[in-house]
Amino acid sequence: MAKGSVAFERDLCKGCGLCVSACPEHMLAMDEGVINRKGYHPAHVIAGMEDACIGCALCAVMCPDLVIAVEKFEPTKEARS
Amino acid sequence: MSRVLMKGNEAIGAAAIAAGCRFFFGYPITPQSELPEYMSAHLPEVGGVFVQSESEIAAINMCYGASGAGARVMTGSSSPGIALKQEGISYMAGAELPCVIVNIVRGGPGLGGIQPAQSDYNQATRGGGDGDYKLLVYAPSTVQEMVDLTQLAFDKADQYRNPVMIVGDGMLGQIMEPVEITPRAAASDLPEKTWATTGVRNHPGRRNVINSLFLKPEMLEDHILGLFAKYEAMRADEVLVEEYQVEDADIVLVAYGTTARIVKSAIGMLRAEGVKVGLIRPITLYPFPEASIARLPERVKNLLVVEMSMGQMIDDVKIANEGHRLVHFIGRTGGMIPIPKVIADTVKHILAEHHAGDAAHVAVGVQMEDL
Amino acid sequence: MTSAFTRTLGLTTVETHYCPGCTHGIIHRLVGEVLEELGVLDRTIGVVPVGCSTLAYDYFNCDVQQASHGRAPAVATGIKRVLPDSVVFTYQGDGDLASIGTGEIVHAAHRGENITVIFVNNAIYGMTGGQMAPTTLVGQKTTTSPLGRDPHTAGYPIRIAEMLAQIPGASFIERVSSDSPPHIKAARRAIKRGFETQLAGEGFSLIEVLSTCPTNWGIEPVAALGWLKDNMIPYYPLGNLRDPRKAVRP
Repeated sequence: MAKGSVAFERDLCKGCGLCVSACPEHMLAMDEGVINRKGYHPAHVIAGMEDACIGCALCAVMCPDLVIAVEKFEPTKEARS
Repeated sequence: MSRVLMKGNEAIGAAAIAAGCRFFFGYPITPQSELPEYMSAHLPEVGGVFVQSESEIAAINMCYGASGAGARVMTGSSSPGIALKQEGISYMAGAELPCVIVNIVRGGPGLGGIQPAQSDYNQATRGGGDGDYKLLVYAPSTVQEMVDLTQLAFDKADQYRNPVMIVGDGMLGQIMEPVEITPRAAASDLPEKTWATTGVRNHPGRRNVINSLFLKPEMLEDHILGLFAKYEAMRADEVLVEEYQVEDADIVLVAYGTTARIVKSAIGMLRAEGVKVGLIRPITLYPFPEASIARLPERVKNLLVVEMSMGQMIDDVKIANEGHRLVHFIGRTGGMIPIPKVIADTVKHILAEHHAGDAAHVAVGVQMEDL
Repeated sequence: MTSAFTRTLGLTTVETHYCPGCTHGIIHRLVGEVLEELGVLDRTIGVVPVGCSTLAYDYFNCDVQQASHGRAPAVATGIKRVLPDSVVFTYQGDGDLASIGTGEIVHAAHRGENITVIFVNNAIYGMTGGQMAPTTLVGQKTTTSPLGRDPHTAGYPIRIAEMLAQIPGASFIERVSSDSPPHIKAARRAIKRGFETQLAGEGFSLIEVLSTCPTNWGIEPVAALGWLKDNMIPYYPLGNLRDPRKAVRP
């Protein structure tokens, strides 16, 4: 169950890969199938790995271009108990 | 208001404070050091700020910051120190920042000497920093004029959003003369400095940026055209000149600053002998008083330019003259000061030679090419 | 759901011109975040240098002055003396601060000017295409040290933080790095402490931030982080050298 989620503003991305290296869950990659407005492969969540996100925001901390917004989910009552 | 006896350098400082200058950044250099010394003593008395900067370069850049923040600011130096400031002055012209810069000129080039000279005319009027820009340049001839022009300079700097330079020389900086210094409020028609970087809270909804970089050449060209529109307005409105005994003159001398005073002594000697001679004394070096030369009557066949240099203002005289009259030169350089008798003798020599049909170009101590 | 990361109001929405992976973007963001958090954006004036970050006058969301090369500390002095209630910072690279501007930075610290200096050290000149900087490491190849920096002809790299820390007017001096999230978070704390020093009127603050230049180092962005960690941190140790709140002395 994902503890957080990330959203990428893909046309801001310069394809540097810093977020990929920073993610402790190794759930990010450069999307080789897409070329964005700047001409780069933008970063994205690897398909199927959305649930791995722990909302740590280390990707956003490493990103030089403010591409990533990060949400952290509040734990549900069941999860807390 | 009473008259007080003041040294030129100090009078500049007093005049600046009376005109609302509250920030001075400068560095000691002979023959100008009394100006920062005066400001260090008197600016704090009126709540102003004096900083002895680590160099002339730092001083002009402190002026850039302070002016960009909306203040009336001044710096001063002498020839080699003004050379150091050139990049900063160019930046201020490019970023359209007001500032008053005082050059108490000494002999050059290089370390040169510490005696008076006028060899920074080109530096003041042709650059001396990079790029297409001009300074409004005032050349006082007395300590009172230094006072009056310093105060005017602050208004003009604000009006045109451009640095303004006061070109004195070692004599004017050191001489003591009686002066009257009246407090002068900023001209009431000056626009508010809404462009200043005072923090967004002072101009909500807009960021102010002070900058001279325009990477797109179309934008830089537009920007420069805008600067030159200002300089055209200066040329139309800001020329200051004294035309001294020119009306009936057969020969007219052109000189500024300390040299003009010496020329006036020579004129006194010549007039006593019946020689009809006059003086055009530029008070603004830029814009140069071209019209004063252009409209001289046909009777005037000779101009004699007198400078404490190898001849720098002479180029502007020739440009304004457009070949109508002979332009002669006499000068001293390296800190030497011309004397009235030599100037008077030269005038008589020119008039004699001219009547004999020969063009003469005479310089005592300095040999110059014929026109 | 709470936001764990949103973009700071301290930066404009203008997309930066910096190269992919250049840590200027991270450092800019830290400055913007700190100014926003401290609530001082609307009374801040930034001074940007000559270098890659010349164009930061488009990125910092406050009033900005662009200064001639090396002279930002003098420009900042002029601003702060006119507007003592404002927050004034300079943002300078290693050519601007450690080469042409060494006079100005030393004397601004010497006078104890209440300004905050962000010194971005990436051991190379980026804007002009990769020449040697005073901070270039021994043996490091650049376009003006093609055989590697030779200390016998070019001297040893200069440690600015240590050099300034012994100046009486330098109140807060810390060296941080942008190569990893923990280091970036420490950098943010140091930058905040620098601005707090200014706000308290406690004097001059400088934060030296080790940074990458993937393009001119000729290394991919992620590998550049590793190069910084392996080569720069050993020579430029991280840590606080002066803090007015502590009895830290060099």
